[in-house]
Amino acid sequence: MNLAIVDLGYGNVGSIGIAFERFGVAAKVTADRDLIAGADKVVLPGVGAAGHAMAQIEARGLAGTLRSLAQPLLGICLGMQLLFERSDEDDTLCLGLIPGRVRPLEPAAGRPVPHMGWSRLSVRDSRLGLSDGDYVYFAHGFASDPGPETAASVDYGREIPAVVRSANRLGAQFHPERSGEAGARFLRAFLDS
Amino acid sequence: MPARRIIPCLDVRDGRVVKGIRFRDHRDAGDILEHALRYRDEGADELVFYDITASAEGRNVDYDWVRRVGRLIDIPFAVAGGIRNVEQAAACLEAGADKISINSPALERPELIGELACAFGSQCVVLGVDSFRDGDDYRVKQYTGSPDTTCDAGRGTTDWVREAVDRGAGEIVLNCMQQDGVRAGYDIEHTRIVVEAVPVPVIASGGAGAPEHFYDAFQWAGASGALAATIFHDRLVSIPELKEELARCGIEMRR
Repeated sequence: MNLAIVDLGYGNVGSIGIAFERFGVAAKVTADRDLIAGADKVVLPGVGAAGHAMAQIEARGLAGTLRSLAQPLLGICLGMQLLFERSDEDDTLCLGLIPGRVRPLEPAAGRPVPHMGWSRLSVRDSRLGLSDGDYVYFAHGFASDPGPETAASVDYGREIPAVVRSANRLGAQFHPERSGEAGARFLRAFLDS
Repeated sequence: MPARRIIPCLDVRDGRVVKGIRFRDHRDAGDILEHALRYRDEGADELVFYDITASAEGRNVDYDWVRRVGRLIDIPFAVAGGIRNVEQAAACLEAGADKISINSPALERPELIGELACAFGSQCVVLGVDSFRDGDDYRVKQYTGSPDTTCDAGRGTTDWVREAVDRGAGEIVLNCMQQDGVRAGYDIEHTRIVVEAVPVPVIASGGAGAPEHFYDAFQWAGASGALAATIFHDRLVSIPELKEELARCGIEMRR
């Protein structure tokens, strides 16, 4: 399998690559348009703020490449948020591959922001490798709104999409590479998709 | 609130895990990878590695052990110790760390918090605070890796955590220094004051000696997580039994 992890300079791509190595898949971390377009599957990771990440994508000339992929594309955490039309974080225009907007989470008593830690999933889609009640690890201060693309969610004052799916595009708001056995099942299902 | 987190803390010096009493008299407690794997297997929700000598001696984190830990475990972990700029933090995250925790360097130069939050997002930036009860007041200490270097940072604890969050810190690890290593329980009032002062998650640290101490930190102080070293290292409490006990008392746990 030819798996490309999009290299945006900074970011936590190390642990994502290692997670795939556990399945015997050596991912290529690259910002090369041809390598990304030619991969069997593509992972868009993201640590940081939306504005900075989109600027990195534009600077590498990758926005068009990512929009035109027909193979499975997995966005992780900020990488999932970039799949939407726009983000309130830095008021950023994103890739527009999934309808909707990313908004800040609102802190409340007993509900700190960022949403950080292991939360319990409600799963709508049986193809994700995830089960209702699985705990997975989140670390985010912004989130999308639920919609027809929502495949799994958590309750955090409002319903937060934990997984979105639309055509070839899959997004995980949580960190599958740091979610123990449940995260491994999710990545396995992506590799098998 | 997500499941409350049980967070073993591993103090690291010269590539080995060490543990001291009240920040003094550090003794060898074993190999980093053995500890990391054992805690992961027992159900720890997250790990924190403090290079306790780094800030005091002006050294950097040795990223090779970070890389080895990152390859080994599939739960989140934070690295603390001597991270002074965006480049060092980036190297640490590239090596597989999920968060970076800064303490003395943020007190020296508070702008560092904003620079890290801007580059990596607030969710990657943890502020470690060594806080000391001084009468009715809570004060921040600096350079606590060694008793010879520890000094008053010239700041009140609540003012400092509020400023740090305004600058972009996404989590606070509050170490109540008088409790550290003595197993008499977390300082609940001290922790609750900080939980109520900031919107971000607060991790209680210092003093865990029994399961009820964790219950108090979650139920009465409102902590998102509880960090401990001695009781896990010395196997005084097992993580699976601790989680079972807390769940029985109505605290949400990942199991």
